[in-house]
Parts: sequence; structure tokens; C-alpha cells
Amino acid sequence: MGFSKLKKHHHLLYLMVLVLVLAILPFFMETSYYLLVLNVIGLNTMVVVGLNLLVGYAGQISMGHAAFYGMGAYVSAVLTTNMDLCPWSFSWFPEWFLPWLIILLAMVLTGAVAYLIGIPTLKLKGHYLVMATLGLNIIFEIILVEWDSVTGGANGMAGIPHLTVGGLRFDSDLKFYFLIWGLTLVALLASLSLVDSRVGRALRAIHGSEVAANTLGIDTHRYKVKVFVLSAMFASLAGSLYAHYITVITPKSCDIVYSIQVVIMVIVGGLGSVWGALFGAVMLTLLSEVLHIMEKFNVVAMGLILMVVMIFFPEGFIPGILNLIRKRKGPDLFLNEVLESHPWK
Amino acid sequence: MILFDNLSQFLFSGLTTGSIYGLIAIGFGVVHNASGIMNLLQCEFITLGGMITVTFYSFIGIPLAISIPLAIITVTLIGALFERSAIRTARSQQILVLIFITIGASISVKGLALIMWGSDPFVLPPFSGNEPIHILKATIVPQNLWIFAITMFVVIALYFFFKKSVMGKAMRAVSCNQRAAALAGISVNRMILLSFAMSGALGAVAGIIIAPITTTSYDVGFMLGLKGFSAAVLGGYGSMPGAILGGLLLGVIESLATGLISSAYKNAIAFIILLLVLFIRPSGLLGSPEAERI
Repeated sequence: MGFSKLKKHHHLLYLMVLVLVLAILPFFMETSYYLLVLNVIGLNTMVVVGLNLLVGYAGQISMGHAAFYGMGAYVSAVLTTNMDLCPWSFSWFPEWFLPWLIILLAMVLTGAVAYLIGIPTLKLKGHYLVMATLGLNIIFEIILVEWDSVTGGANGMAGIPHLTVGGLRFDSDLKFYFLIWGLTLVALLASLSLVDSRVGRALRAIHGSEVAANTLGIDTHRYKVKVFVLSAMFASLAGSLYAHYITVITPKSCDIVYSIQVVIMVIVGGLGSVWGALFGAVMLTLLSEVLHIMEKFNVVAMGLILMVVMIFFPEGFIPGILNLIRKRKGPDLFLNEVLESHPWK
Repeated sequence: MILFDNLSQFLFSGLTTGSIYGLIAIGFGVVHNASGIMNLLQCEFITLGGMITVTFYSFIGIPLAISIPLAIITVTLIGALFERSAIRTARSQQILVLIFITIGASISVKGLALIMWGSDPFVLPPFSGNEPIHILKATIVPQNLWIFAITMFVVIALYFFFKKSVMGKAMRAVSCNQRAAALAGISVNRMILLSFAMSGALGAVAGIIIAPITTTSYDVGFMLGLKGFSAAVLGGYGSMPGAILGGLLLGVIESLATGLISSAYKNAIAFIILLLVLFIRPSGLLGSPEAERI
């Protein structure tokens, strides 16, 4: 993707605004709690942007992305807390480099697992695909709980070291803020360039009609598996970062509830829009934090949101609202022009 | 022969849970046949069946014999209400959208159940005593027999309903071809409503009859429901005999694998079977392969 394409879709403008907002925001954060929320939003965005490629663009469903998130988190956690397990104790590169290498390794490993799983799974459609990915997530959860000699069982793992670069230690919320959002921006950019490429068009073709895409010479299955692997790797990266950030992980942080949550974020933000994915992650994470006070009602609200959005705005919440506005206003208003050029369209 | 002794024990307990899976699988199948939807609220019907009975029986003090039908009726109405309010008003009739609506409903109901009843497990008394019975060197409680008997009764009743009654025939017509059924004067909407009500009743029955053996709590339906779905897929999704066969088979496999190999991965077995069936033979044991419509 060249810059010209970025410009054409106002992406460049949105990106610049986003970077600006992100740069200013920390100055207004009075307590580290707000930074923590922002960081969680960043991690969720990373997962949701990846998942959106699969759900929104390729039209496939995964109710098991928490498993890939967990895979990243656990590979990082297990290997960094048991450094002696590492096959490479080479002395010729600095020690701080190792956790970063492990994050990459986790991504590759998760990608490989997603590839092997994706080949048979993505041949399924509709409810079978939902249940297969759901089943995979449940199996993963059970393995985490039962394989306690490695994963720490239901109690999970603690004491995961902070990441460091040379002398810089990512041990505060603020330092992690820049790390997480820096990488989230990279994920956003990668995602934006992907959807505007040949691959992105192929994915949308698959979404439109798999049969039609096939007859046009698109190897639909291969594309689906590829985007599945890519989104799994996004989730793995977010998981690894989460493990190093919070320094504690339990099977609960990557259970089926999280899978459903990220799917809700994709749906609320609008299927098939990179910016919508960001919006969905921001809204739902904030809402979840607000509702946290009413602890148990959090889950009820999540379910209701999913229900209501799907009943009234099956194309996603944001596109649905935009469509409503468009219908209200006359055809020749300024707002319409804005909406027409909007990437959410 | 210690192995044989245990084998018959495993077989009986497998058939017991298998009957439950079978009932749940039928619930999934009935809704699927009428509307094409996978109704994940089915999981919560199981929970609600058990918990509402507990509420009537233990909290309010209504006799068990009245509490149970009351609970079944309540859950049946909830099923019907859900179809009438959420499914029918949905603006998109795409299957995935509808599935998400059922998932959302399921999450909410589970959350509400946690708020209403807390996370403690509750127990229902067995329907008739707790004297163990010895059959074929296996020891079983009367509740096991109740489960077999009720499952068999439900299956036979459903068989006659679908084969003999006008309404059952209408439901089958809808599952064959909605448009043709509508042209023949059948109200498709009413049949879909009925299917949700039936799945509510089936889920409630399953949740109630298992409660005296395994206790019941706000999240009991999740695993049971998903395993019931696995059973439905194993037998052939949408097939009634397949649902029962898949349920019993899954129950026995699970019980044998737990007893003979390891109990640690008990809950994973159903899902491994689900994945294997989906990967190798998505139409299941008794289902006919679906031709794809373009």
C-alpha cells in the first residue's frame, strides 16, 4: 500500500489523529488505574483488529481466539520463568533480548498451531465453525488446568519478569502504555494495508460469496487459513504482552468468556472496518470497566449488548447507527458526503 | 473379573449421562430442523430447569411432584418467549446473526442465574429413595432408572407426536421446506415458536432429572449443553434417532475413558469427539450428507 491509498480513504488523517490523542492522553491520566485501562484497551484492540480481519473481512467466525491469546501468554510465561528450559542459552546476545525472542517464538508457534487447526476447521461453516472453535477453546482451557506441572493449573503462573530493552525496564504502567500502543499502532497499520491490498479484496470476495470467489480463481480455503493464522498471531502477541505486563496469568484470562468478549467487540464496532474494530475495543473495554463496580451485572450486560446489537443492527452497531443517520437526513446534506467518504461505510 | 465389574458400572453411568445428552441433543435438533438455528440458549434451559425446581421445592416448599411440572412449564414459556421476542424481531435472518443472539441470551441468562441463585450448588432429592440396586454386578441408584424411564417416555412421546399428530407432521414439513410448508397453509412462525418451546421443555427435563445425581448450579447447563450438542453432531445433526444414539454413545465413551484412562481430561473428551466428527464426517453417524445449495 502506498501513501496515496492511505490518503484516499482518510486513513492517514485518522491515524494522525489517533497518534496525537494517544500522545496527549497520558498527561491527563491522574492515576495509574486509567493508564491500566488504556493498556487493556490497547491489548484488546490488538486482538480485535486481528479477529476483525477474519470475522469482518473474510466472514469466518472464531469463538476460540482466547486460546491463541492464552498460547502467547503461556509460552512467554513458561519459558521466561523457566529460563533453564530455553534451548538457547547463548552468551553472545544480551539477556534482555531473550523474552522478546520468546514473544516472537510464541507468535510463530501459535501461528503454526493455528495453521494446523485452521486447515480442517475452516472447511466448516456456520454453526459447525462456531462450535468447533468453541470446542478448541474449551479443550485448551482444560489442558491449562490439568497440565499443572507446566502451566500451574487453575492457579496459573506468577512472577513473570518485566520486559527490558538494555537498561530500560518496562515496569510501570506509563512505560507499558507506549510499548503496547506502539505495537497496537503497528497492528492497525498492518491491518489497514492488508485490507486495501489484493488479499483484502480476496477476503471481501469470500465474505460476499465463497462460491463466486472460487469461480473467480481465488483459492478461498488458503486465504481463510492465512487470515486465521495472522489473526491468531496478533492475539498471541497481545497475550505475551499481557503476561509481561500484569506478570500473573491464570486460565481465566484466556477462557471462553474472553473469546466471546472480543467477538462482541468486533460486532459492536462493525464487521469489516479496521477503525470500527478499534472503536469496539475502546467502547466495550470501557463499558466493562464501568460495569465492573456491579461485578456480576457485567456479564449480563455483555450478553444483552450482543443480543440487542444483533437484533437491531445485524451489520454491526456503528455501521447500523450511521445507516440510520443517513436515512434520516436528506440525500444532499453535507453530513452525507462525510459519511460517504467514511471508512466505516 | 474386576475389569468386567467396573465395565458394567461404567456402562450404566455412561448410559445415564448419555440419556441426558440425548434429551439435550433432541432439543438442539428440534430447533435446528424447524429454523436452521443452533440455539445455544438450550444450555440455559438445562440450568433453569434444575434451578427453578429447586426454587419451587426448597425455597417455596411446593411438593416435588408439583414443582417439577411447574418448572418445566416455566422453562417452556421462557423458550417460547425468547423466540417470540428476540428471534422473530431480529432484522436479519442470517443464521450466524441468529446464533449470536442465542449466545447473547445465553450469557445474560447465565449471569442472571448467578445473581439470583449465587454460585453454590443445590441438590434435589431423588424421585424415589436412595436404596442402591445391584444389576449385573453394578450398583445403581433408583434415580438412574428414573432417568432411563423418563428419557424413554419422552422419546416415545416425541415419536408419536412427529409421526401421528397433525402438528408434528406440520413441523416436519417445515423442516423439509419452509416455503412449501407455508404454501400448504402451515404457519411457519408458529412451528418455530413451538420448536423453541419444545427445546425449553426438553432442556428443563434433562436439567431436572440429572439434578439429584450431580447437583445443580447456575453454570451446570454450559458443559451439559455443549456436550449435548456434541452428541447431536455425533449422531447426525437434526436426526432424532441420531440424537439418542449419539447421546448414549458419547455418555458411554466418556464414562469408559474416564474410568479406564484418566479422569483429568473427562470434559475434553466430548469436544475431541465433536472435532473428530466435524473433521471426518460432519454429517454424523445417522445424518445424510448435506448438499450445498448455491
